[in-house]
Amino acid sequence: MELKGKKVIILGERDGVQGPAIAACVTSAGAEPVLVQTQCFV
Amino acid sequence: MTSCATDRSALPVVKGVAYFLAHVPGMVRHGSKPSREIEKDPSLLPQVVGHLWRFDQAVAYPPNQVFIGNLDPDDLLKKIPPPWFQYAVPHASRWGSFGEIMPEDEFYGIMKICDQFGLLSLEEGFAQGVADKLKTHPLITAEDLARVAKGIPLEQIKAKLANAETIPVYVQGTELVGCVERPQGGGAEDDPNLLPEFLIENLASRASGVMALRHLIKSTGRAEDIDYLLGCGEEAVGDRYNRGGGNMAKAIGELSGCVRATGSDVKAFCCAPVHALVLAASLVTSRIFGNVVVAAGGSFAKLGMKFQGHLRRNMPILEDVLAGAAIWIAPDDGQSPVIRLDSIGKHEISSGSSQQAIMEKLVVEPLDRLGLKLTQVDKYATEMHNPELTEPQGSGNVPRTNYRTIGSFAVLRNEIKREELDHFVEVHGMPGFSPTQGHIASAIPVLGHAVKKMRDGAMANTMFLAKGSLFLGRVTQLSDGISFLLEKNKGVKS
Repeated sequence: MELKGKKVIILGERDGVQGPAIAACVTSAGAEPVLVQTQCFV
Repeated sequence: MTSCATDRSALPVVKGVAYFLAHVPGMVRHGSKPSREIEKDPSLLPQVVGHLWRFDQAVAYPPNQVFIGNLDPDDLLKKIPPPWFQYAVPHASRWGSFGEIMPEDEFYGIMKICDQFGLLSLEEGFAQGVADKLKTHPLITAEDLARVAKGIPLEQIKAKLANAETIPVYVQGTELVGCVERPQGGGAEDDPNLLPEFLIENLASRASGVMALRHLIKSTGRAEDIDYLLGCGEEAVGDRYNRGGGNMAKAIGELSGCVRATGSDVKAFCCAPVHALVLAASLVTSRIFGNVVVAAGGSFAKLGMKFQGHLRRNMPILEDVLAGAAIWIAPDDGQSPVIRLDSIGKHEISSGSSQQAIMEKLVVEPLDRLGLKLTQVDKYATEMHNPELTEPQGSGNVPRTNYRTIGSFAVLRNEIKREELDHFVEVHGMPGFSPTQGHIASAIPVLGHAVKKMRDGAMANTMFLAKGSLFLGRVTQLSDGISFLLEKNKGVKS
């Protein structure tokens, strides 16, 4: 998927991949995170 | 840290560990998730009530028996195949080597003992019956019983419930036996932080913490020898000017005979207990205090947190217990396991939030510092949430995920082969057995088992690591985490 120029909603998970880590990845690919959240399911 | 190694009398040891479970099916409806969902769809209430367990079923539930020390965590892996809720441990006892499982009526009595502001009212016949039952409890005093026995007529409780803020208290799911109401006077009438929904949380947290501490004192030492208490629960005691002010530690100690102690609370979400243990060990090592106890009661809000998944699978709502824990840290006695203060791993502000970054800081860096391989740690104690509670709601098997991450580092470091990862998880991990009680589930349920095995010579060391979700408070996006290595005492006390 081409992420460059896309706006991205990010839902991370505490024991998996957290929101800021995903945001760093998509930003480096040229996307713009518009919402970054991390959930804790326990 | 070097001086610690040469001055063994200052080494901090885990002298005792106690746990407490209160089986409170009548409170499940008041948990955060069930209460919100029932308000939206009242037809859920009969379904919730219809999926609650009796006390004898909760006692015989294998993970609960592991929690109080009557079974080993690995028994869940090797002897009792899942689903564990379909297996009743034969001749299961409410009493365990680490503490007990208490039925809800008795626990309401403990809450009443903790209620110094007339917040909880119990129906008079019920209150007398609870007092009669608690007479035979080994940790309940005559002074306690006097506080429990005074109830009020049921009509008065029903009248109090005419106020929409008042919270009803049930046994057996539907039998009304009491209520918790807003205090009056001093501005409490309109203080949003003194709503009954918060006060019942605090009462339940204090009560479960008190019982854990009383068990610890019974098994470990004299209450009057405790110098300092560190609370580490996730409750927020305080009024509108000091939300989360605490000090639950001192409130727990007050009702446990700790007349010489003072204390304070450590706040760090789920990893507060491991932070508190590191601080307690430091206070002992520095000789500021001789005996420090880390204590926490349960998380009322998390009752029934995954109930929708349990209903979907037509299984009992297993998040029906409040948990407490208490841990005694003391100077080296030549026998008790040692908290190695040169082993502390910490997630730093600059560490980043990926699992790799967190585990590197909590596991790899400290072990490198000690010159140990990952495979030289007998067991890792991580988030110990019972997967039978989390998987039905799609939250996965949290301990296994963490063990696989740790094992992956062992692969990357060529300590094991990729195909040996499952074996690493089996040998160095264990099944999750803790109720989903937040801070309580975070590493510390393993402490009692590790101490027992190290004292028996059956284990050399265990690494305790806990993670905290700081971002849940919407203050920072940061994660958190801390770890330490517990080691068998070499028995050369000076």
